[in-house]
Amino acid sequence: MALLEIDELKTQFFTSAGTVLAVDGISYTVEEGETVAVVGESGCGKSVSALSILRLVADPPGRIVGGRIGFMGRNLLELSDREIREVRGRHIGIIFQEPMTSLNPVLSIGTQLTETVVHHLGYSEQKAASRALELMEMVGISDPPRRLEQYPHHLSGGMRQRVMIAMALACEPKLIIADEPTTALDVTIQAQILELMKNLTRELGVAMIIITHNLGVVARYADRVNVMYAGKIIETGTAEDVYHRPRHPYTLALLNSVPRVDQQRSAKLDPVEGQPPDLTRLDGSCSFRPRCRFAQEECAQAFPELAYVGDGHRAACFRSQEIAAGLEQVA
Amino acid sequence: MNDIATSHRGTVSDDVLISVDGLKMHFPVTEGVVLRRVVAHVKAVDGINFEIRRGETLGLVGESGCGKTTTGRCILQLERPTAGSILFEGRELSGLKGDELRAIRRRIQVIFQDPYSSLNPRLKIGEIIGEPIRVHGLIPDKAKRDQRVRELLAVCGLNPAFADRYPHEMSGGQRQRVGIARALGLEPDFIVCDEAVSALDVSIQAQVINLLEDLRDEFDLTYLFISHDLSVVRHICHRVAVMYLGKMVELAETDELFDNPKHPYTRALLEAVPIPDPVIEQARAHQIIKGEIPSPINPPSGCVFHPRCDIVVEGCPKAVPAFREVKPGHWVACTEV
Ligand SMILES: Nc1ncnc2c1ncn2[C@@H]1O[C@H](COP(=O)(O)OP(=O)(O)O)[C@@H](O)[C@H]1O
Ligand SMILES: Nc1ncnc2c1ncn2[C@@H]1O[C@H](COP(=O)(O)OP(=O)(O)O)[C@@H](O)[C@H]1O
Ligand code: SF4
Ligand code: SF4
Ligand SMILES: [Mg+2]
Ligand SMILES: [Mg+2]
Repeated sequence: MALLEIDELKTQFFTSAGTVLAVDGISYTVEEGETVAVVGESGCGKSVSALSILRLVADPPGRIVGGRIGFMGRNLLELSDREIREVRGRHIGIIFQEPMTSLNPVLSIGTQLTETVVHHLGYSEQKAASRALELMEMVGISDPPRRLEQYPHHLSGGMRQRVMIAMALACEPKLIIADEPTTALDVTIQAQILELMKNLTRELGVAMIIITHNLGVVARYADRVNVMYAGKIIETGTAEDVYHRPRHPYTLALLNSVPRVDQQRSAKLDPVEGQPPDLTRLDGSCSFRPRCRFAQEECAQAFPELAYVGDGHRAACFRSQEIAAGLEQVA
Repeated sequence: MNDIATSHRGTVSDDVLISVDGLKMHFPVTEGVVLRRVVAHVKAVDGINFEIRRGETLGLVGESGCGKTTTGRCILQLERPTAGSILFEGRELSGLKGDELRAIRRRIQVIFQDPYSSLNPRLKIGEIIGEPIRVHGLIPDKAKRDQRVRELLAVCGLNPAFADRYPHEMSGGQRQRVGIARALGLEPDFIVCDEAVSALDVSIQAQVINLLEDLRDEFDLTYLFISHDLSVVRHICHRVAVMYLGKMVELAETDELFDNPKHPYTRALLEAVPIPDPVIEQARAHQIIKGEIPSPINPPSGCVFHPRCDIVVEGCPKAVPAFREVKPGHWVACTEV
C-alpha cells in the first residue's frame, strides 16, 4: 500500500463571484521515500491541493467537498481536529515558499525547534536542545549555538529556508510537503536548498511532494510528476515519460514555452495563446479546449478522463493516442 | 559579429548607443536621528564599464543584490552616480538640462517586474498609457491620442476596449503588456527591462518575450535586459554581462558566454540552473556553489568572489583582478583564466 493515497479530492471556495472549483477530483499516490512533483501555472490548484491534505484550507470560504486521503492507514478527512494537528508536524512536515510566514518572528530559532519536539515527541528540555543542535548541523547551518539564539529576521532567505527544513524534519516525519520551497530564492541558493532536501529525504527515507511551477526543478528532483491544469491532473507519469513523451497538449505547450539555458537558440518560442479559464465557469468539457490547437468537436462534449498512454503514464485528452502517433508534426 | 546570433535575434549595428564608463553608485548608510552621520557605504555598483549598441539587447545577470537594478536606474537618471560617465549617443547624461534632458528622458524608458505596483490603480488603462504622451507633448489632440492608445494596445496584443478598464480588472500578463504599451507610447530608442517577465507564468512569459522581440524588430529598439533568469536571457539577448557584488565579472556574446563560460562565478551560476530534461539532469554532476553573496557594505578584499570561488589561489584576496579581453569580445575579471 502506498504511503499517501489521494482519491477524487475536491476542494471548492464559495465566493460572491461563484463557486471556485479549485481542486476538482484529483487522485494520486505517493510511495514511501518517493519524490512526487505537482507542476502547473498559478491558480491551477497546486497549493489548495496541498493544503487540503493537511486540512489547512480556510473554511469559510473553502471546503473539502469530497474524496478520501489515505495516510498511514487512516482517512485524513475523517480525523478530528486534534488528530489532524497531531499528524501535521509529527508525521507530515511542511515547507512553504516564504519561511517568514511560517516562522514565528518573536521566537528564537532554538525555541521554535525545541517546541516542536517537546510538543510532538515529549522530549525533555535538554534532549530537545541537543536535537535542535543536531538538526541545525544536518541542514548545513554553521555555528549552530549562535544561530539558535537568533530570530528569523536575522537570517537570509536561504538560511530561513534551511531552518524550515530542520523544523519539517524535526520529528522524523514520513512525508514532507514543500510548496514552492525555492521560488523566492536566487538560482544558486535554490540549487543548495534543493540538493539539501534531496540528500536528506534520501538518507532519512522521507517521501516528498514538491509543488512548483519550475519545469527545471521537477526534472532535477522528482521521480514522478503530476501536471495540473484548472484544478485537475491532466498528465501523470515518470519525469522521463512526461518530458520526453508528453501526451497532453498542455504539457507539450508548457515544454515549448520554456527557453533552454543549455541550447543555442533555434527559433522563437511557441507558447500556447490565451490564459487559463476562470474556475467558477467550467462547463464540464475539456478545460484546455479554448487554448488547444488540437481541439475538435468531441472535446466540447465531455471532460476526458485520465487514461493510460503507457506503463504508469496517463493523460486526460481525447487525442493522446494520435499525439503519440506523431500528430504534433501534422498540426 | 556572430552570424547565428544576429540572424535569429534581429540585426545589431556597430553603432554605440550607450557607453558606461567607470560607473559607481555608493549609497551612504547613516546613523543617528538628529545628527545623521554617514557610517558606511553600500557599494551597489562599484566601477563598471560596458557599451550597448543600437538594436542590441544586452543582458545583465547575477544574484539579487549584485547591482543590476541600480545600474539600470543610473542609466534612467533615477540615481545620481557617485562616479563615472554614461554617454547616450556620445553625450554625457549628467550634463543635460531643461528641454534636452526632457527629450532624452523620453527616449529612455523602463518596464518593471511588478505590473501590479507600477500601474496607478486609480487610473484607467487609457489614461495610464495616454498621460505620458500628453505630458511629453507628442500628441496634444485628445481624440488623436485616444486613437494612438488603442493602436498601442493592439500592438501589444490587447483588446483596444481595455482602454476603459482599471489595472485590477486585468491579469498579470495583461498588466505587463500595459506597462510595455505605456513605454512604447513615448517612442523610445532604448528600454530598460528590469525583470520584465520574471513574475509571469511560463506560457504568459513566453508570449511577452515574443512580444518584446517583435517590438524590438519593428521599432528598432535597444534593450538592457535585466534578469536573474539565465534561460530567458540566453533566448533574448545578443550579449550578456554577469555582475557580482557591484562588479562586472564577465561579458561576451550570448552563445560564447553560455557555451564557453570562463569566470568561476558564471560557471557556478550556469551549473545551478536546472534544465527541463530529467535525462540531462541525471547526467549532470551538480557542483553547487557554496555560501551566499556577502554584504556590499564590506565587500571581501581583492577579488570580491574569492570566499566562494572553487579555484581560488593565494593572490586572490590581495589584488582586484582586471577586467580584460581574453579573446575578441569576451571579457573576464579573473586572474586564473
Ligand atoms: N481563499 C480563497 N478564496 C477564493 N478562492 C481561492 C482561495 N484560495 C485559492 N483560491 C482559488 O483557488 C484556485 C487554486 O489556487 P491555488 O491552489 O493557490 O493555485 P496554485 O497554487 O496552483 O497557484 C485559484 O483559482 C484561486 O484563485
Ligand atoms: N537606495 C538605496 N539605498 C541603500 N542601498 C541600496 C539602495 N538601492 C539599492 N541598494 C543596495 O544596493 C545593492 C544592489 O541593489 P540592486 O541594484 O537592487 O541589486 P539587484 O537588482 O541586482 O538585485 C543591494 O545591496 C541593495 O540593498
Ligand atoms: S481533449 Fe481535445 S481540447 Fe482537450 S486537450 Fe485533448 S485535444 Fe485538446
Ligand atoms: S581572481 Fe581568484 S578568486 Fe577571483 S574568480 Fe579568479 S580564481 Fe576566483
Ligand atoms: Mg501556490
Ligand atoms: Mg533588481
